[in-house]
This record gives sequence, structure tokens and C-alpha cells, in this order.
Amino acid sequence: MTDTTARPAAAHELPAADDPRLKDTWARRQLLVLVAGVAVLSTLPLFLGEQAQSVAIRTLIFAIMAVGWNLMSGFGGMFSFGHAAFFGIGAYTGAYLLVDHGISPWISMVVAAVLSAAVGVAIAYLCLRYKLAGSYFALATFAFAQMFLLIVQNVDALHKTEGFNVEILPSDSWSMLQFQQGDPLYFWIPLAILAAAVLVSILYVRSRAGQYAQAVRDDEVAASSLGINTMRARLIAVALSCGVTAVAGVYYTQYYFFVGPEQAFGSAVSVEAIVPAVIGGIGTIWGPVIGAMVVGPLSELVATVLRNPPGFLSFLQGTSGLDVAVYATLLIVIVIVMPKGIFGTIRDRWRS
Amino acid sequence: MSLLQVEGLTKTFAGLTAVDSVDIAVADRVFLGIIGPNGAGKTTLFSLLAGSQPPTAGRVVFDDVDITGWSAQKVARAGLVRTFQLMRPFESMSVLENVTIASLAQRSRKDARRHALGVLERVQLAQYAGTSSGSLPTAGLKRLELARALAMEPRMILLDEVLAGLVPAERAPMIELLRELHGDGLTVMFVEHIMAAVMALSERLVVMHDGRVLTQGVPAEVIAEPQVVEAYLGEDY
Ligand SMILES: Nc1ncnc2c1ncn2[C@@H]1O[C@H](COP(=O)(O)OP(=O)(O)OP(=O)(O)O)[C@@H](O)[C@H]1O
Ligand SMILES: [Mg+2]
Repeated sequence: MTDTTARPAAAHELPAADDPRLKDTWARRQLLVLVAGVAVLSTLPLFLGEQAQSVAIRTLIFAIMAVGWNLMSGFGGMFSFGHAAFFGIGAYTGAYLLVDHGISPWISMVVAAVLSAAVGVAIAYLCLRYKLAGSYFALATFAFAQMFLLIVQNVDALHKTEGFNVEILPSDSWSMLQFQQGDPLYFWIPLAILAAAVLVSILYVRSRAGQYAQAVRDDEVAASSLGINTMRARLIAVALSCGVTAVAGVYYTQYYFFVGPEQAFGSAVSVEAIVPAVIGGIGTIWGPVIGAMVVGPLSELVATVLRNPPGFLSFLQGTSGLDVAVYATLLIVIVIVMPKGIFGTIRDRWRS
Repeated sequence: MSLLQVEGLTKTFAGLTAVDSVDIAVADRVFLGIIGPNGAGKTTLFSLLAGSQPPTAGRVVFDDVDITGWSAQKVARAGLVRTFQLMRPFESMSVLENVTIASLAQRSRKDARRHALGVLERVQLAQYAGTSSGSLPTAGLKRLELARALAMEPRMILLDEVLAGLVPAERAPMIELLRELHGDGLTVMFVEHIMAAVMALSERLVVMHDGRVLTQGVPAEVIAEPQVVEAYLGEDY
């Protein structure tokens, strides 16, 4: 049988362990940016009014979703058009465990992440097993998310179309993640979750599993010829992605004290996970975060205009779905002007 | 004792038999050349051996293990690694990262990077370590294909036209490199159209035509056979 020590191609000299060409400072630089970014952003509640803080929190939720989506669709190359399924699993797990069983949302975050990862892996396995790729894969994920929406709307235990209302406690509670309205903790907690999600991305991208996933994304045939288990590499990306997105869902329920089928599993949610990543730059660490910083305030702007349109736009009063129309327009413009997204384009300019 | 034994290997695509009952035995540490006109089935044969495609019929035994129908991933890890005629770099990655992916099969991340750089030095590609693989010229991409395969530390390597697209000045150093690798004990299966290289390197020669093995044996004798000359009539070698 094979004697590895006798493998002839090993017959080359190893460069010195401290050869400068082996230096890889990428992860360290990203971590520095992360620490600096969190430090700066954590001061925001000191400047923001209550209204602006709620926009900022909405933006953070977008960002967590998009960072999650990007793990599987950006680095893993499997375009999901159904991340509402995983956000929804998070939102509903949190709501169900809290409202019907009094379980702390912190525990729900872990439970939801694991549950969502398992569901995501099952769905992705089916799709990949039957060789669905590209737009077929995206359509299949969309179909699963719609299926979940229908199921939730028809299951008594999940309160059908009524959704869940979270009971407001009389006093602050860390364990139940409830504070005074406008408390900066409502901002700092999702900021910490986002930081953790970005940290996961940074570590994952440089890990063996992450490198394999990117190789499979770039060229599946070449990757398998180099001994990579392509299915495993992809499913790891899916599990991480769905887990992170579910945590955003748990926090959503917690912050808005309410979740219904559309807020959790609606197709608009899937779009909200994609848009920041595409605008900011797919398959980059910072793209989804930067994209969310554009989309979050913009969605608020659109909502404001709809609530109180200026005279010449009065016909828009009370219409719904305009936000999705705006995202779509923005997406088309970005894809044409900056196909690699804001961050991706700037980074490429910088390098050349 | 042969390292690779191929028996009755056949691949049919919707009526077209691309590889037709091929029998080849490759002894350990042999440099075997494969020639044949365009469409003879050389690349398809490699795909069957490396597990990139399942065969329609036949058997492949590598290192005494029947690997027929194994996945590409499993075959590669068993020590039989192919390169691609149409280069397939991981374009989002640097040259060093491309090779590190292969080195990772046997070692930790830190060791893999160092090992990969050593392989790049071996194939004289180290000066491009940090270059984006998508921007390499053809000669570089060919060496990258070779480097990635070598980083797997294979016992046997399947090289599909690693000289194609190189200008004559680039060929000589590549041929020299292949000779060295073979000298180190690597078993090689070498598909190539450039006859000078085939004749310079091969210890055994297989001629394929229409999916079948037309003849095989000692290179100088094989190419003198009338049927080989006939199969190549009109080919400019
Ligand atoms: N996936 C496929 N589906 C259908 N036909 C195929 C497929 N792959 C190869 N063929 C056909 O099989 C035959 C052999 O092709 P192959 O690529 O193996 O030839 P080759 O000897 O490598 O040629 P070349 O010297 O041009 O590289 C050709 O007729 C080709 O068109
Ligand atoms: Mg070929």
C-alpha cells in the first residue's frame, strides 16, 4: 500500500518557516478593522435620538442577515433567494419559546441557530443532491421559504396568521432581553451580534473549510480533483449562514415585541438579506455591512415618504411594496455601475 | 507489478463511444506518453481514470485497489491526480492560495502554505506567489496546474497537454522539469501533441484513435508502425 514518505513529489525543499512570502496579515488586519469599527459604532447611541436609534437598530438587523446570507451565497457560491426561511425560523423559535414557554431569548438564539442550520443543511443537501445550481438553486430556496410561510400561517401552535406578541415586562431584564424603550442596550446587543457574525466570517474565510468552500465556488471540478469533498464544504457554508441569519430573527422578535408570518417568512425578508450584500459587495467581509448602512437608512426614508408623501407624490400614500421597488431599482443601478458592489469595487481600485 | 491497470475501460456519450475497451498497464515510476489525433478520447480517458466521470464499462485498479467508479475526490486522495487541458485555476485566489488548497489535503493550514510555496519554487512559479491566478499568462497557468497536482503529493500524475499553448522557448524548461519530476520517482501519464516532447520523455507510448488503443510499446517502434502513420495522415507532427 501507499507509503506517504516515499511520495516522490515531496522531494522538494521547504522554504524557511519565516520566509516573508508566507506572511499573511489579512485576518489580523480585518480583526483590527472590526475592533475599530465596533469601538466607533458603539458611541452612536450617545448622538442618536430615539427615532434615529431605531433606524440604526433596523440597519444592524439587516447587516446581521446579510453577513449570514453572504457566508453561503458569497463565499459558498450558492445563491439563496429564500433566507426568509432561516430568519423566520429564528424569529418564530424566539417567539414560540418566549411567549409559550417563558424561555430566555439568549437560549433561543442558540436553539434557533442550530435548528436553522439543520434545516438549511437538509434543504441544501436536497438541492445539491439533485444538482440544482445557479438560478435553479435560488428558485428552490425561494420555494422552501414560501412553503414555510404557508405552513406557519396554518399551524395553530404558531398562532396562524396572528403571529406572536411579546409581553412587555414591568422592569429591565437582561435574561429576557428587555429594557426601557430607547435604552442604548437595544443598539449595543445587535452590534455585538453583528461583530460576532463578522468575526465568524473572518475566521471562516481563512479556515480550511472556508478555503475549500471558495475553491468549490470557483471551480467545482478542479476542487474535487484536488481531493475536496465538495458536498461537505458547501454544507458547512450553509450551516454557518443559516445559523447566523436565525440569530437576527430572534433579535427581531425581541426588539419589535411582535412577529407575524410576513415579517418572518415573507419574500421581502429574503430580498432584505440579499440587497445589502449585493450593494456592498458579495463575497467580501465588509460588503454586507456597508450595504446595510446604505439600505437601512434608505428603507426608513422610503417608509417616511410613504407615510407622509410630498404633494406631487400624494398618490403613493398608504401604498405598500414601494420599498421593494426601490431596492430593485437600486440593485439594478448598482449591478450596472458597480458589479462588485461598493466595497468590492473600491477594493479593486485600491489594489490596482 | 503495475501501479495502474486499466481493463476494458469504455465511455459512451449518447451513441458516441469516446473511450472504447481500453487496456493499459502502467508500471511504477514509468513515464508513459499518450498520443492520438484530436477527439481520440485522451482527455476522456483521463476523466475516467481520475473519477471526474464514471465509466460505462471496464475496470481501473490503482496500487492494487479497484478504484472503478470512485469519486474524483477519493481517487485524488489515493494518490492519482490529474491536471486539466483547459486550465481551471481558482480565480478568486492568488497563485499561492491555489496551491495551498491542494497542500491542505495532507497537512495543517500553516504547514500547507509553506509546503505550497516550496512546490511553487520547484515549478519556478514562486515569483508569482502573490499574483491573482486569473491574471497569469498561459505558461504560468500550465505550471499552476502542475503545481496544484504536485502539492497533492501523488504517486501518479495525469498530465493533459501541459505544453500546449507554450511558445517553443517556454517548452524546453517545462520538459526539463517533467524529466526531473520523473527522475524523483513520479509515475507519469502524459498526453501531448508535441511529438518532440513525447519522444524525449516517454519510456512507453500508447497511440489512441477513435477511442481505442491503436498500438502501444516502445516509442521509437510504435511511431514507425504503418497504422500509426496512417492515423496521423494529415496531422502536422
Ligand atoms: N461530455 C461529453 N459529451 C459528449 N461528447 C463528449 C464529451 N466529452 C468528450 N466528448 C467527445 O468524445 C470524443 C473524445 O474527446 P476527448 O476530449 O477525450 O478527445 P481528446 O483525445 O482529448 O482530443 P484533443 O486532442 O482535441 O484534446 C470527442 O468526439 C468529443 O467530442
Ligand atoms: Mg484532450
